[in-house]
Amino acid sequence: MTIFGHRPPLTARIGLIVVAFYLLVALIGPWFAPYAQSQSVGDTWAPSSAQMWLGADQIGRDMLTRLIYGARTTIGIAAATTVLSFFIGITLGFTAAVLAGWVDVVLSRLVDVILSIPQLILALIILGVFGSSIPVLIFTIAIIDSTKVFRLARALGMNLAVLDYVEVARMRGEGLWWIIRSEILPNAMAPLISEFGLRFCFNFLFVAALSFLGIGVQPPFADWGGMVRENSAAINFGLFAPLYPAIAIASLTVGVNLVVDWLLSIDARPSGSQAEM
Amino acid sequence: MLRLIATRFALGLLTLLAVSVLIFICTQILPGDVASAVLGQQATPESLKVFRAELGLDKPAYLRYLQWLLGVLHGDFGKSLTNGRVIIDELAPRFINTLFLASYAAVIAVPLAVGLGILSAIREGRLTDRLANILTLIAISVPEFFVAYILIIVFAIKLAWFPSLATVDSDMGLGMRTYVAFLPALTLTLVVMAHMLRMTRNSVLSIMSTPYIEMAFLKGLTRSRVVAWHALPNALGPIVSVVALNLAYLVVGVVVVENVFVYPGVGQYMVDAVAKRDVPVIQACGLVFAAVFVTLNTVADILAMLANPRLRRRR
Repeated sequence: MTIFGHRPPLTARIGLIVVAFYLLVALIGPWFAPYAQSQSVGDTWAPSSAQMWLGADQIGRDMLTRLIYGARTTIGIAAATTVLSFFIGITLGFTAAVLAGWVDVVLSRLVDVILSIPQLILALIILGVFGSSIPVLIFTIAIIDSTKVFRLARALGMNLAVLDYVEVARMRGEGLWWIIRSEILPNAMAPLISEFGLRFCFNFLFVAALSFLGIGVQPPFADWGGMVRENSAAINFGLFAPLYPAIAIASLTVGVNLVVDWLLSIDARPSGSQAEM
Repeated sequence: MLRLIATRFALGLLTLLAVSVLIFICTQILPGDVASAVLGQQATPESLKVFRAELGLDKPAYLRYLQWLLGVLHGDFGKSLTNGRVIIDELAPRFINTLFLASYAAVIAVPLAVGLGILSAIREGRLTDRLANILTLIAISVPEFFVAYILIIVFAIKLAWFPSLATVDSDMGLGMRTYVAFLPALTLTLVVMAHMLRMTRNSVLSIMSTPYIEMAFLKGLTRSRVVAWHALPNALGPIVSVVALNLAYLVVGVVVVENVFVYPGVGQYMVDAVAKRDVPVIQACGLVFAAVFVTLNTVADILAMLANPRLRRRR
């Protein structure tokens, strides 16, 4: 099996299979879910049985069904956040690199200030003021996360903006947007793709942590972080209920990380583009 | 040298000031304002006006910012909107609890992570190193609460060695506190240690590829001696800043861990305030966390400067 002309090593294959599996579950899983999302079908924390493979949750809903619907919510939000964050970060980062001057200074200092507040704390402040709903959650995390993308995109753009073909495009009188889209973006694609995987992991854990704290996705939506929270009392009775969603979160992140590790080893990033996590 | 440290220190203060402005702006861009958010449905134009005057919302934003900042500098964070208590009275003991938990975790994590990181660099590519590599990758990928629940199941439920809830109060002795807070501290340790170990290993290894180390090997010295005597003194600077940076990371990890173990710290206080949308408390906790974070980052930079003379020159 080859992908992009490379044979993935064993670890990357495991990662790809895990990621593909969860994506499939998120996309078409709800059609195959045994019960409805908020249908109560058993006793509180009923043990696993032939009808309910993973048992029931704190109000007797089927755990497997909740996990399947949760995949859609949690992965969907993390993916939307990452796409939005890349859109903002790349646009502003390349703009700063191409225009330089005061635009660059203003944007860079703003990013410096935002990054000097711990990200979870900043998210808590914003969500505390606006209240938590899915659009607010996506925008908040995307804006916070776009600062990291901005730094990488700016560093990549800086290296590309001084090259002759960009200079030629400028002298032809091409506009800013055209230069970004046709000259800079295609040549910065490789490092941006592996960064996308890393940022997705980070945002995914971020959403899960916020939902776990009770200020991310709100009920009745099933989502993995919230499920850990709802079922956390079971742990005191020695039951594993909160561990199922936690394992789902952990395995997906490990899977994406394995794929990203491989992508990174294929194309080492150009120097100066190392963005810290 | 002194001047450089002073400059870095001043930059830290400036950052903190900018951060306070940002936090203030974040809490001001609410559509409507705090008064209408708190009063909600029952708001009449009169009650809104009275409440606005009480909160000082009838004054312009920059004046309110200056008032708030002046209050904060005197230790006055205002009053909670939900229960009307003075914030500093609740914040101070919780801050001490959080510092206790964070330093508890740091005392275990730092020596262990640096030691294992160096060991893993000495045995690069061998079984110990690969094992450490896989374990740390897993520890980094896994959310904090997952680690916490595994530890609770093993140590609090199956073995029943430690309590699963870390309820600490002010008249508890140090010994008892240390015992009760062991599981949260261990969770934080595991999460922070992975980052610290990897970064320590990498900073030692990046020194290992320099010519003078090759020279030491060519002299016929053993690998452990080269690492301990030749590489380590030069890797010390990066290691010190790695440690300080990861302690800053502890600040964030503490929020989730405190909520798992119901530990009465600033993180739990803040999350409660966010759920109730208690803006003054959110501002106060946010500022405290940001201040600790900025301080640790500044200390990291200054320590790196002290450890590495090459950083002292002006760029």
